[in-house]
Amino acid sequence: MSVVVFIDTRGDKLPKAAQEALTYGKHIAAKLGGGVTAVTFGDGANLEGLGAFGATKVVVAKGVKTIESQQLTKLVADTATTEKAQVIVCVHDGTGKAVAPRVAARLKAGHVAGAIGLPNMDGGFQVKRNVFSGKAQAWVSITSPVKVISMMANSIPIESNGSPATVSDFGGDLGAARVTVKEVRKSGGGINLPEAEIVVSAGRGMKGPEFWAPVEELAKELGAATACSRPVADMHWRPHHEHVGQTGVAIRPNCYIAIGISGAIQHLAGVNQSKVIAVINKDPEAPFFKAADYGIIGDAAEVLPQLIAAAKKLNAER
Amino acid sequence: MKFLVLISQVPDTTARIAFTNDNTQYDGNGVTWIVNPYDEWYALVRALELKEANGGSVTTITVGGADCDATIRKALAIGADDAVRVDAQPTDAYGVAAQVAAYAKDKGFDVVIAGKETIDHNGSQVAGMVAELLDLPYVPLASKLDMAGNTATVERDVPGGVEVVEVNAPFVISAAKGMAEQRIPNMRGIMAARTKPLTVVPAAPVETLSSTVKFELPPAKQAVKMIPADQAGQLIELLHTEAKVI
Ligand SMILES: Cc1cc2nc3c(=O)[nH]c(=O)nc-3n(C[C@H](O)[C@H](O)[C@H](O)COP(=O)(O)OP(=O)(O)OC[C@H]3O[C@@H](n4cnc5c(N)ncnc54)[C@H](O)[C@@H]3O)c2cc1C
Ligand SMILES: Nc1ncnc2c1ncn2[C@@H]1O[C@H](COP(=O)(O)O)[C@@H](O)[C@H]1O
Repeated sequence: MSVVVFIDTRGDKLPKAAQEALTYGKHIAAKLGGGVTAVTFGDGANLEGLGAFGATKVVVAKGVKTIESQQLTKLVADTATTEKAQVIVCVHDGTGKAVAPRVAARLKAGHVAGAIGLPNMDGGFQVKRNVFSGKAQAWVSITSPVKVISMMANSIPIESNGSPATVSDFGGDLGAARVTVKEVRKSGGGINLPEAEIVVSAGRGMKGPEFWAPVEELAKELGAATACSRPVADMHWRPHHEHVGQTGVAIRPNCYIAIGISGAIQHLAGVNQSKVIAVINKDPEAPFFKAADYGIIGDAAEVLPQLIAAAKKLNAER
Repeated sequence: MKFLVLISQVPDTTARIAFTNDNTQYDGNGVTWIVNPYDEWYALVRALELKEANGGSVTTITVGGADCDATIRKALAIGADDAVRVDAQPTDAYGVAAQVAAYAKDKGFDVVIAGKETIDHNGSQVAGMVAELLDLPYVPLASKLDMAGNTATVERDVPGGVEVVEVNAPFVISAAKGMAEQRIPNMRGIMAARTKPLTVVPAAPVETLSSTVKFELPPAKQAVKMIPADQAGQLIELLHTEAKVI
């Protein structure tokens, strides 16, 4: 009756989404009356520390350094079988998307991708997830004995009050890697967009890439990630991984500040689950105002300096 | 190279999202159906480009009813050689993947390409499940795909950056933005599509592991609070003291 949580612990800092996934698993394990086994790979430091977020055991495959979906699937599925796991939790990101569906197919387990809250386990097993690119949510019922859940970032408050976990190496055979990594290009040291709690986003209203400095400055003052609308990425004003919306990244931060973005339905689809939305647009008729909590009708060039000054003042006070 | 491209049909990106039967079913009334953008713009077009450069064939596969035939013809108009429709109503991602795998398992496809995700289900699930059921390597979220002989070089999005990986055919891949540019079908393509083969194959027996029991729409927004442009700094104060999000 245990829960297995598969997370990517490579790098020097445990990603926020991994902390959330462990907390998520801990809540399910408490309901099932079992423990949480964290499964991971590579040589991430301080695996005992995963105990703080709810793991009692950690199983690590040190030999696997990259996201090799077949090896990692075997790692997770075999551990889940050994641990008699009823629920397997993953993160709905580039690592989880490579592994979770495979694990589900291998174990004939129902899979909910993009869960946005804890399952309802009263009577059945139902999980709420995003559908229609965030324009709606669905309750999905899993009927198989083993269940796989991939959780969206920012879905649960992190709890970190547990004691250190016991760490062991995975002993089984994971087979040979069939996908080999030739090169890794890190995308800046900024805040990871899907995990960000505050996002400052700008659109075609900015007129050109040379006007992005104040957007970046505001983001920096607020500790926010930067994002953009699709045409901005298409015109190469900003990198593609910043493109949010129906055909870009879907995000759900606490605060989304949109500057010079009209609020087309495809853009809203990826951001309308933000807790609070603030819109700055010079056109009072911009559709984005209908989806906003706060609005300013004004020119970005005049509004942004005021926002930066106010953010600096706030930072100086706290 | 033999390419198999997974094509799904989704409501147009501007379609109204509403539900019927006590919020248990999507209301497709009056909705225009399109080829899922990731499948059409990236997966299909890149397969066609690689076929045009190196030879081979591009087959599409769709799991769905006869109502999908019009969108399948669109994929043929863009340039696919032939299409397969597995005559089954999709239940969950596993159901779709199991149908695709049952069809593909003994056909000798070199590259199986799906979209990154469907814009209605947003699962990013089907391709990975197909890979597992066919015991093939899988590269999800690929923004670039090049082939030299049997070896593919792929760029893929991973947390915090981009990885360049190498994999040998046969393999499964899911296509994200960047892999190709959208192609608009021309008149010749549309005419040719009418006579290209669209084979309907019966469904294989497949288990259902999960099902959607209820939909919800997000709660309606409160009226927007406007702040005068010459006092824009107030926004930061309100986000801090009132909304408590910064
Ligand atoms: C199939 C499909 C999928 C799509 N997917 C996405 C998606 O995922 N994400 C996405 O973003 N879009 C997507 N789009 C595009 C979408 O329809 C819009 O075209 C796009 O979001 C518009 O971007 P924008 O708001 O930056 O630009 P515009 O629509 O050009 O809006 C610019 C806004 O800036 C304002 N403005 C101008 N100057 C200033 C100024 N000085 N100060 C303040 N405001 C100013 C204008 O009033 C205007 O409202 C998709 C479209 C299709 C057809
Ligand atoms: N019914 C279907 N028939 C064929 N391919 C599908 C179907 N549903 C999904 N796919 C493919 O799988 C990809 C991922 O879908 P999903 O897992 O639903 O996000 C899509 O982009 C399609 O390429």
